[in-house]
Amino acid sequence: MAQPVHAQSSATTLDHPVIGPGQNYETITEAVAQIPLSKGYRFDWVIGFLIGLGLLSVLQIAIGMLLVKGIYIWGNNVPVGWAFDIINFVWWIGIGHAGTLISAILLLFKQQWRMSISRFAEAMTIFAVACAALFPLLHTGRPWLAAYWLFPYPNTMGLWPQFRSPLIWDVFAVSTYATVSVVFWIVGLIPDLATMRDRATSNVKRVVFGTLALGWRGSARHWHRYEVASLILAGLSTPLVLSVHSVVSFDFAVSVIPGWHATIFPPYFVAGAIYSGFGMVLTLAIPIRAAYKLDHLITMKHIDNMAKVMLATGLIVAYGYGMEAFFGWYSANPYERFMLWNRMTGPFGWSYWLLIFINAVLIHVLWFKSVRLNLKYMFALSLIVNLAMWLERFVIIVTSLHRDFLPSSWDMYAPTKWDFMMFSGTIGLFLTLFFLFMRFVPMIAMFEVRTLLPEAKVHVPRGHDAHGSGH
Amino acid sequence: MHVSKDPTGLYGLMAEFDSAQSIVDASIKAVAAGYTKLEAYTPIPIEELNDIIHKKRTVLPRLVLFMAFCGMMTGFTLQYWASVIEYPLNIGGRPLATWPAFVIPSYELTILFAALTAAIGMIAMNGLPQPYHPVFNVERFSLASSDKFFLVIEAADTHFATDQTGSFLQGLGAKGVYDVAY
Repeated sequence: MAQPVHAQSSATTLDHPVIGPGQNYETITEAVAQIPLSKGYRFDWVIGFLIGLGLLSVLQIAIGMLLVKGIYIWGNNVPVGWAFDIINFVWWIGIGHAGTLISAILLLFKQQWRMSISRFAEAMTIFAVACAALFPLLHTGRPWLAAYWLFPYPNTMGLWPQFRSPLIWDVFAVSTYATVSVVFWIVGLIPDLATMRDRATSNVKRVVFGTLALGWRGSARHWHRYEVASLILAGLSTPLVLSVHSVVSFDFAVSVIPGWHATIFPPYFVAGAIYSGFGMVLTLAIPIRAAYKLDHLITMKHIDNMAKVMLATGLIVAYGYGMEAFFGWYSANPYERFMLWNRMTGPFGWSYWLLIFINAVLIHVLWFKSVRLNLKYMFALSLIVNLAMWLERFVIIVTSLHRDFLPSSWDMYAPTKWDFMMFSGTIGLFLTLFFLFMRFVPMIAMFEVRTLLPEAKVHVPRGHDAHGSGH
Repeated sequence: MHVSKDPTGLYGLMAEFDSAQSIVDASIKAVAAGYTKLEAYTPIPIEELNDIIHKKRTVLPRLVLFMAFCGMMTGFTLQYWASVIEYPLNIGGRPLATWPAFVIPSYELTILFAALTAAIGMIAMNGLPQPYHPVFNVERFSLASSDKFFLVIEAADTHFATDQTGSFLQGLGAKGVYDVAY
């Protein structure tokens, strides 16, 4: 038997490996599986879950009031007809993109470090998309009728939705994205649910995990179809995730509003989405690995790599700001130039400059390894990045709208308490779902992390393997 | 280790291995010995095992490609039919069949159909959900999803003979050989 060779070891074991030393199949499985199988509830989990539930009830109140009184309780008004609802929609959808990037794009690139963070990053995606979907749905005012306006189904007058509108493209893109993300996540869970079934000690857990595992046996035939299906799903999710935020950006770019009507929007939005998404993954990963002692599975290598992705995408976003300003000036269009000047020096100028400071100046601290490997700095920075990406959508949406073409319709925008309650309420929904996920679902893909071990590599003599040796 | 007096009530024999490499070596030898009805169960995906034991690759990718095409056609015909045939709406004399605008929903439905086919197809072709399978009758098999590797030779195999197959599996370096009852 040939000595197993840890493939790509030169790249990953230089200073921080993607998996801690002294691990074997059993230690990895036990570290992850014992969390959902444990009895009782940790005190810090209960506190976090209650905070989530508390904010979730704020969401219920905000939605209830909205349905009773109508969307006038929000701060949206002419000329700022889109405000918190769309800002928060784009913010949440963008956050979701990192999960798909980690689970799909990095799989295609054979990045081993994605394995231990993919499961909870995908969960983050699903929960973030759920939060995002609430906003356009509730902005319709009567969400129970929204199916007629959003889905390809004729109303009582026989009229169909306008398929030439980016808003309908958005419905197709976001609903497909939500569906495919859920399917990909569930497929990824099946082998781990079988592990949970086989390790469960209580009958209830054995029945629940056994049902969800569908009878998975891990046979060679199972695994073959499974790996093929995973690769196909990754290959499909990759163009999908790029299309989703491109389509979201079309909501703006296809219009004629100065500040929105820009060809740079699709790539600039996608980069911003991945940037903010990695910010959120770090916000979640840093406390989780400390609380559940998973630092041998989510190592400093992961933190370092995520910081590098943030730096790269952050610089693309900063380039986008530069190009927006350049196009505004170079177009020689008076409305574009005015919009740009107003964005920088108008009443909302503070938000623009705060955004530029964070995303174009502060982000450069990520060039320093000492910052990337400092958990406190990284946690703080991840929160700041999420704030900045929220501000970016605020700047794009509100400053472009509040100075209309006619000065007579100029007005300011101020959110109401209901806007803030809706927003913090969706954070509550996200936290509630995430805390439930942490407690009841294996949050690291055990079977994938097992393949990182040197002993998982096999050597097949020539002539027995049609596809060459090595796994 | 292996004692069996009633070969008729047997699904097959299960051998337990400690490592990925040992089950790959054992599978190669079992196939070379002429066994055809055998299956390996592993806690990690080992793509080589399918090539060694089953030699056939799944048709799933072709099915996905076909359904992706169906999704694209569904998306396009839906929009074309609604905008051109069912409710043509003249807006400033612009053309009705605005195919560039129809690309995005068609594209999304292509991916939706393909992804659902990949996931549902994988589950269905694997015969799941399947609540019962004889291999689960072996107590040690619960480790197949954590850290042990199992090779099962079915009693239905033409080369199968309880005693010879049992000692053959022992000879492959198995840590244990168990009867798999129905």
